[in-house]
Amino acid sequence: MYFKRKEFIQVGSLATASLMVPKFLKAFEGAPLVPQGNKVVVILQLSGGNDGLNTVIPVRNDIYYKARPRLGIERTKALSLTDEVGLHPALTGFKELYDDGSMAILNNVGYPNPDRSHFRSMDIWHTASQSNEYWNTGWVGRYLDAQCHGCDKPTQAIELDDVLSLSLKGENIKGIAVKDPRRLYGTANEKFFKDVMKNHKDEAGEQPVDYLYKTMAETLSSADYIFKQSKMHPTNAEYPKTDLGTSLKTIASLIYSDINTKVYYVSLGSFDTHINQENQQQRLFTEMNDAVKAFVKDLKGNNRFDDVMLFTFSEFGRRVAQNASNGTDHGTANNMFFISGGLKQKGLINDLPDLADLDEGDLKYNVDFKNAYATVLNKWLKADDKAILAKKYDHLDFI
Amino acid sequence: MSLTNQLKNQHLMWRAGFGPAVEQLGDLSEYSSKQFYKALIKASEKKPDYIDVADDYLKGLLMGVEEIGRQQVKDLSAEERKKRQQKNRDGIRNLNMYWMHNMVNSAAQLREKMAFFWHGHFACRNVNIFYQQGLLDVLRRNALGNFGTMLKEVSKSAAMLNFLNNQQNRKDHPNENFAREVMELFTMGRGNYTEHDIKEAARAFTGWTANLKGEFQFRRFQHDYGSKTVLGRTGNFDGEEVLDILLQQKQTAKYITQKVYRFFVNEIPDTEKIDWLADRFYKSNYEISKLMEDIFTSEWFYEEKNVGALIKSPVELMVGIQRMLPMKLENEEALMLLQRVLGQLLFYPPNVAGWPGGKNWIDSSSLMMRMRLPRLINDTDEMNVRPKDDDDTMMGRMDPNEAPKGKAQRMMGRSNKPILADIDWKLYVNNFESVPREALGEAIAKNLLQTKMRVSQDIIKQFSDQSGRENFIKTATIQIMSTPEYQLC
Repeated sequence: MYFKRKEFIQVGSLATASLMVPKFLKAFEGAPLVPQGNKVVVILQLSGGNDGLNTVIPVRNDIYYKARPRLGIERTKALSLTDEVGLHPALTGFKELYDDGSMAILNNVGYPNPDRSHFRSMDIWHTASQSNEYWNTGWVGRYLDAQCHGCDKPTQAIELDDVLSLSLKGENIKGIAVKDPRRLYGTANEKFFKDVMKNHKDEAGEQPVDYLYKTMAETLSSADYIFKQSKMHPTNAEYPKTDLGTSLKTIASLIYSDINTKVYYVSLGSFDTHINQENQQQRLFTEMNDAVKAFVKDLKGNNRFDDVMLFTFSEFGRRVAQNASNGTDHGTANNMFFISGGLKQKGLINDLPDLADLDEGDLKYNVDFKNAYATVLNKWLKADDKAILAKKYDHLDFI
Repeated sequence: MSLTNQLKNQHLMWRAGFGPAVEQLGDLSEYSSKQFYKALIKASEKKPDYIDVADDYLKGLLMGVEEIGRQQVKDLSAEERKKRQQKNRDGIRNLNMYWMHNMVNSAAQLREKMAFFWHGHFACRNVNIFYQQGLLDVLRRNALGNFGTMLKEVSKSAAMLNFLNNQQNRKDHPNENFAREVMELFTMGRGNYTEHDIKEAARAFTGWTANLKGEFQFRRFQHDYGSKTVLGRTGNFDGEEVLDILLQQKQTAKYITQKVYRFFVNEIPDTEKIDWLADRFYKSNYEISKLMEDIFTSEWFYEEKNVGALIKSPVELMVGIQRMLPMKLENEEALMLLQRVLGQLLFYPPNVAGWPGGKNWIDSSSLMMRMRLPRLINDTDEMNVRPKDDDDTMMGRMDPNEAPKGKAQRMMGRSNKPILADIDWKLYVNNFESVPREALGEAIAKNLLQTKMRVSQDIIKQFSDQSGRENFIKTATIQIMSTPEYQLC
């Protein structure tokens, strides 16, 4: 009791003291409450197939404007990155990140023999299988399998959702889905479950019932752990009151705690813009832009931006030509944003797709997304990417 | 130690059906499992009725299209197209509910359970109610019939031909998707054929397609009449002959039997048993009812290691509860929502390989939801969960003025609404009439569980309503259904 009280006083006095330190000295003030250096990944899934061509826009390309007489975004409206390339007008915060060297854009990412079904293509991105293979485990899940021998809590990967994605399901270990740490804590603390667990004698068997009890035990302890961690140093930064804003705020609070989480996963959608694309993409991009902007500002303010790698992906891009309903239909290759204070390569790190060389109206990818996964796994998370992806993929240079 | 008749029959009902029904509780210890199986067979003899839930609007549209020709569909206005998609989705939802209702209430448990197995085997996603109805009918009709016949009917169904892109499989422009999955997933399994076999088989399936009504069409001018070599045999094969070649492979019998064994008996394959079964299945020329009889009347099926060894799929769990506790759901949409949250939405398998099953059903959130389910049914608690959006089912249906939350809720039922079930407890409670008060907990657990209960009766008692006999039976039942043990069958 006494000990806790003392810790409280220390934390309290430190916080008060920092208010009185002159601003220029703050940077030297030394250790924040949690040590830096724990590298984490935040994966932002743009569900539904985001239209990449109206995200990173080839503003000098006639083919683009011809294919999209109504939907093409004029050069003057796009946020200019280079003379040839602009960003969607809603992505003002991303433009700032680009300008200050905190963002890399990887263009024309896809995979061989692309599938245009949402579910199937998402499956392929989640499992990192080839398009003619059906795997039951996700790439983050297999990272857990490789990383987490003997971990007692599956909190190394957390999805901010009510339902766990295939991405986070490994053979033996699965991540945990938590939309709201407090709510999960409430469920897990139902007295019946607690008592069932308390009286359970671990028989360490291999029967399905043992697996169920093991999962239950892990869930209850993780729920406690995550909730307590989320309250340890909750961020008081301002976030937009959107779903994504709330999720990123929770993630920031967890990053400031000493939780063992390495991967956070969150989704935004639906980007399936077959009709009236403009409004839909504008609305979703505004949500994404404002939330990510607040997140980065918060991380920077706490000196943790160098430790965090946020990246976006979508299951496919859309066709080059617009359709008859002011929308776009399912396509192939797409771009990915990588946002971090610790990037090696910044800005546009490869060429935009070649609109003069299409496959029946679709982009031909030239970077396999599995190369990006391998890079993040190996260089950021220091994991054995070859074992996790079941194949050796070349690493890219942005990390 | 040999199992009691009751446990054996419960085992049979969980595997050859969707669990014992409350009406059967009295019979479980009265009959031998052989007698029980006979009764199950008899109840499944009748050819099932075609389930038709398609909307009149769609039927009218289809007739109209028939008259003015195919081109017209493309000319539908955006508004009409949207309406058509919506009606198709509604149709599939109704088909889902109707079939689930059948799983709960039909006496033809064995047939529906087999159809459910084939639904996962011949997995198909398709947002066309006519196609889906047609495929389901193929599976229910042939569920206990001949596997070869079913394979051919499935291969000629509009649902599967479309799903696996065979309408694009033409002479000189072959699309191999269909041929590949037929070999990899429907018959032989990976590693038993070459890429060349696939290429050649694909040529045999050229010209196989379906019209808008979902009827099989053979387009002569798109078919490749040349000579093909498939699995060592050469000839001017058509699709049907290639399917025959696949059926002639013993590997097909083995692959199917192994899958059946893992679904109905035990996830851990027993090679000796599987070989024996596959051999007989092959010799019977793929009679499914014979294979199932070999399994369900064998001694080893009732061995202790096979009882309570499977993790119920979400549909099995939900249907099983409803069979034991007959209920009227005010908010039927809740069933759809639960299927989605728990990871098994009928007619939307994750991919052509079907639901992987077993431990894949269980993660932190799905397990907690499964264990909360009985109390959600019994109480008026809000569910408080939101499933993931499914862009394939939504098909880009957008309303820019509406937040995604509202959209998802409108589609699949509100996530924060209670299930509001009206449980008819009478029959269930009566079943325990002669059980002394102190033995009630044990008796309830025995009926509900296929594995030894690890939770002590003290805890069950502590969390049950002790105010009267009937209240105790009800609440103890709900508590026992909320345990990890109840997830198994």
